[in-house]
Amino acid sequence: MSATAVTSAPPPSAAAPSAPAWRSSGALGLGIATLWLSIIVLLPLSAVVVRSLDGGLGAFWDAVSSRQAVAALRFTVLVSLATAAVNVVGGTLIAWVLVRDRFPGKKVVNALIDLPFALPTIVAGLTLLTLYGPRSPFGINIAFTQAAVLLALLFVTLPFVIRSVQPVLIELDREMEEAALSLGARNATIFRRIVLPNLVPAILSGAALAFARAVGEFGSIVLISGNIPFRTQVSSVYVFKLIESDAPTSAAAVATVLLLVSLAVLLGIRALGHWGARHDR
Amino acid sequence: MTVDRRWRISLRVLALGYLALLLLVPVGLIFFRTFEHGVMGVWESITTPAAIHAFWLTIEVTAIAVPLNTLFGIVMAIALARGNWRGKGLVNALIDLPFAVSPVVIGLSLILVYGVNGWLGGALADAGIQVIFSVPGIVLATIFVSLPFVVREVTPVLREIGDEQEQAAATLGAGGWTTFRRITLPAIRWGVAYGVILSVARCIGEFGAVSVVSGKISGQTETLTLLVEKRFANFDLAGAYAASALLALIALGTLLAMTMIKPRREEGDA
Repeated sequence: MSATAVTSAPPPSAAAPSAPAWRSSGALGLGIATLWLSIIVLLPLSAVVVRSLDGGLGAFWDAVSSRQAVAALRFTVLVSLATAAVNVVGGTLIAWVLVRDRFPGKKVVNALIDLPFALPTIVAGLTLLTLYGPRSPFGINIAFTQAAVLLALLFVTLPFVIRSVQPVLIELDREMEEAALSLGARNATIFRRIVLPNLVPAILSGAALAFARAVGEFGSIVLISGNIPFRTQVSSVYVFKLIESDAPTSAAAVATVLLLVSLAVLLGIRALGHWGARHDR
Repeated sequence: MTVDRRWRISLRVLALGYLALLLLVPVGLIFFRTFEHGVMGVWESITTPAAIHAFWLTIEVTAIAVPLNTLFGIVMAIALARGNWRGKGLVNALIDLPFAVSPVVIGLSLILVYGVNGWLGGALADAGIQVIFSVPGIVLATIFVSLPFVVREVTPVLREIGDEQEQAAATLGAGGWTTFRRITLPAIRWGVAYGVILSVARCIGEFGAVSVVSGKISGQTETLTLLVEKRFANFDLAGAYAASALLALIALGTLLAMTMIKPRREEGDA
């Protein structure tokens, strides 16, 4: 449909060569694209918010403040924070090794980092359950525990911090580090005073993306968590159970809270991006 | 910072050990478990009528969602990188919503619009169209979750290449379509290709949103990922492994394609 939008461009007028003609037809393309975004994304999401208020504010509050909803949300946020924290350390370490270290097979390892993005989440969950579940060949069984949820989240969020830190580390000017070294600074000092400050915006934005992903994650958790209320039940699985038990208004209320968390993180990441860009200059 | 050998090796072991325990050993074990009782059983369990139907349904849904999102992605990326219009910042932020919103919430949102009691449910039922618990719902959910990939890959490429060549072409009398086909498209093609690969992987692998809207009717609305879950729930572990191995193979193929295209995409940037 956008192809027709582009073809319908009027012939370029000689009077305004500075504005390529296809841009004026771009208005039509933009209109269609924005309409597409509205129908596919915005209309359904607004239906969630509207439906959550179906029974009035009181019903909304009852749904989101029920003991089970609060426990699920609490666990979701805490385990997502833990995921982000482990990724801050682990992701930065892996990025450093992939940029500064040299070892055979590094290219393969580097390519495999993206595997969690390519692998379906349900397969990721089954995979982890095979190694760390009841039939584990190493006898490690953490299935249906909170640790298992953390493990699944670490799997699906692995690439975020690494892929955000790597390019910054590659671009990082090594002269600063050499200067510090020649002035007698120790490695720990150089890392803390020179390398780390340059990486902080990238680490934080990677961690925020990992957090956002963790809060909404469903597929990788559903098999391994056992979905035990008050222990391993996360909010997304709780919403799923509410939909299944035909309580769409309560489901919409809890979903609205999740939606607000996602929006807040999204805005946070954008603010972080602006801050990072300023930091660069 | 020059880290001495001993430190460097310890850090390397730590990083690779973490990757091995989290990523390599589990995924390797899936293939081992799949094939430990021979290849024949695996072949039989991925060629049952339900599995074949699930496979083709997954391909069909992907074949609808990806082209639509690619068109949307290119048009939106051009508008974001070249245009100057009111509300651009807002739209730019909203495009990322499908990445941030939980797949379950996405599924729920579609039920609330297209379901029996949804906003459009009555009108659709009168017209005899069933969206939820049917293929159109799966397609809508898949389009939703894979919407941002092409936009997010193409916009930075467009910003990077600038618009001098497009301006020159327009000055020389090239029409809008010609300028796009001869100048813009060749410059962004690897970015588009990368975005398409990410979209395909996401479409094939989507579980949460599809699981809410599909109804999981075997042989009708069951995709490959739903088949994995159902087989697992029915204690058909070998069958779940076989379908998982198939999906993991597709993922490895995706990874290979990503690795091959990445350097070209970065060349295009320069």
